[in-house]
Amino acid sequence: MTDSAKLHQPHPPPKGERSHAGDFSYVGIDAILEQMRRKAMKQGFELNIMVVGQSGLGKSTLMNTLFKSKVSRKSAQPNPEEKIPQTIEIKSISHDIEEKGVRMKLAVIDTPGFGDQINNENCWQPIMKFINDQYEAYLQEEINIDRKKRIPDSRVHCCIYFIPPTGHCLRPLDVEFMRRLSKVVNIVPVIAKADTLTLEERDDFKQTIREELRANGIDVYPQKEFDEDAEDRLINDKIREMIPFAVVGSDQEYQVNGKKILGRKTKWGTIEVENIAHCEFAYLRDLLIRTHMQNIKDITGSIHYEMYRVRRLNESNAGPGLAPGQAPTLVSAHTNGQTKVNGGPPNGMAAQCEVLTHEM
Amino acid sequence: PNDPSRSLSLSGHVGFDSLPDQLVNKSTCQGFCFNILCIGETGIGKSTLMDTLFNTNFENFEASHFEPQVKLRAQTYDLQESNVRLRLTVVNTVGFGDQMNKQESYQPVVDYIDRQFESYLQEELKIKRSLHSYHDSRVHACLYFISPTGHSLKSLDLVTMKKLDSKVNIIPVIAKADTISKSELHKFKIKIMSELVSNGVQIYQFPLDDETVAQVNTAMNGLLPFAVVGSTEEVSVGNKMVKARQYPWGVVQVENETHCDFVKLREMLICVNMEDLREQTHTAHYELYRRCKLEEMGFKDTDPESKPVSLQETYEAKRQEFLLELQKREEEMRQMFVQRVKEKESELKDSERELQNRFEQLKRLHADEKAALEEKRRLLEDDQSSFGKRRAAAQLLAAQNLTSNGKKDKDRKK
Repeated sequence: MTDSAKLHQPHPPPKGERSHAGDFSYVGIDAILEQMRRKAMKQGFELNIMVVGQSGLGKSTLMNTLFKSKVSRKSAQPNPEEKIPQTIEIKSISHDIEEKGVRMKLAVIDTPGFGDQINNENCWQPIMKFINDQYEAYLQEEINIDRKKRIPDSRVHCCIYFIPPTGHCLRPLDVEFMRRLSKVVNIVPVIAKADTLTLEERDDFKQTIREELRANGIDVYPQKEFDEDAEDRLINDKIREMIPFAVVGSDQEYQVNGKKILGRKTKWGTIEVENIAHCEFAYLRDLLIRTHMQNIKDITGSIHYEMYRVRRLNESNAGPGLAPGQAPTLVSAHTNGQTKVNGGPPNGMAAQCEVLTHEM
Repeated sequence: PNDPSRSLSLSGHVGFDSLPDQLVNKSTCQGFCFNILCIGETGIGKSTLMDTLFNTNFENFEASHFEPQVKLRAQTYDLQESNVRLRLTVVNTVGFGDQMNKQESYQPVVDYIDRQFESYLQEELKIKRSLHSYHDSRVHACLYFISPTGHSLKSLDLVTMKKLDSKVNIIPVIAKADTISKSELHKFKIKIMSELVSNGVQIYQFPLDDETVAQVNTAMNGLLPFAVVGSTEEVSVGNKMVKARQYPWGVVQVENETHCDFVKLREMLICVNMEDLREQTHTAHYELYRRCKLEEMGFKDTDPESKPVSLQETYEAKRQEFLLELQKREEEMRQMFVQRVKEKESELKDSERELQNRFEQLKRLHADEKAALEEKRRLLEDDQSSFGKRRAAAQLLAAQNLTSNGKKDKDRKK
């Protein structure tokens, strides 16, 4: 019943402002941009960022610097304990922030204890589980019959991975983590505390890291395969040549040349955080917030989440060992870890994560 | 484990105020989709109004008044204005109001709307789906064209709108409004609105929750239904060319707000509320359809034992059931076919046997005749040979007689 789409131009296409009195050809289709903007402003935005790295790498400080306010977990607690936890914990704190009328619900997800144990094997597991749990929660709401108008989005949009500034190469922990997690979430690797590296050391380090990422097949954000068109690819290629960004964080202000700037004061000089000659914080901020934030959320929603959904829906139908009423639950590692999934070892968490990794 | 949200203030410019821009940019790249359904009697001016609204010439042809049933014709166009690309689908009813019996007139319209919802639901339920590149064909706005009788709504109008009000955003318009005078129009509008209210028809209300547009929307809500005139022809008025209809007694200017409500319709439908129409369709009408459809198929949310993906499971189970049913029917058909083949085969075998018998019979007949002939021939031969013998014997006798006669003669002569 539908004829193929035909191209019509309201003749002639109007330029400039919207006054339509006497403008013969104005229809008003472009007013929809304004309508969308209004709707978006009214609804507000959601953003969930996870920070992963060993303690002492400046994760909290960086978050505070990025969002110019005390968004980190430590700032949220009245008496922040400096004890390193025995196991990896996942702590999520939500903030309502607003800028020029744009309201945002920001969730910062911290992972204290990561990489701090003596035995760090499988340290990625609780994090992987958390990310999948968020996908699961979204999926549950989506398949409800009576569902909310706007499904609350707690999915992790971006995971910032902190690489210690050794100057040599990636450690096995880094490779293992990024290899596994880059398949389910957007990973943005950064070199932490970059003020300990000279510019040459920094460039060499970055080069090495890039090569190692390539060698291990780790696809960090922005992923090459998700570039939409030539224009995108151009912009993203430039970014890909610069990652990982070497960052320095600070929430202290100093006077430099008569201006108040964020920085770190040392005996040999003041490191200006937002000065791109000193460190690459500004690039990270621009990427994450000013230019690619929507894109990061889109990739999470339309690619990572969809992949999770496909796997999940296939799982519940498939599996010779799976009775129809017994859908696998990825809820908690504490319940009987005997859930067999497609004949894997009866070790609950590890099996499921193995399966997920394998099926990719 | 989430702590409740804390409100924070920023000590400097972060930059996420560019988020709305980022969002708008993405949408601009993707393009927009808008689908309008026009319901109205044949000849009431649906196509002309669409042409006038979008300032272009859609392919139209005059419909006949003799359609046996109401049909829907959908046409999709790609429009562009500055950097905004719009994929517009215009669906027109064909033959609406022409039948003698209009009881089922609304049904094809309802079916069409449901089909688009169903199509979207199918895509949403797929395992591997591509929602962001899916061409959304759900009807976002329904323009219901009311005949300019000046009296009241027709019963067909009330029945149809009642059937549609929970499925689509209805915007009623009075067509060919240049045939009604101003005072009649005012009374007509009031009558229409009160009839709609008293019959419980929910038409689309322009949204009032955003204070930027609440005022103009409230005013417009009070002016419904819009009295419109459509025209793509230009007439010279003053020193300008305007879209108008030229009569001997004057010129009705389409874009003159004192002449008709066309500009208001365009303003409300496109410039101010297009996005809201799309959102209402998705969050209210589509959700309602989805809920009803899923409940009808037997799903429940509130089963305490319900496992995470019970929806998908039950759906799969139903699908299996359906497939089994199909298989059974297929098997039945195959059986029937085999049966028929057997019957035909035995029929043919019988014929074959009969033919064989006849053949045998003929052969026997033939053999008998041959035998009879043989017999006759033998007899004939016998006759011939006995005749031959008798002739030989007679000749011999005659020869003997001759010789004995000759001797007698000789004896006499001596």
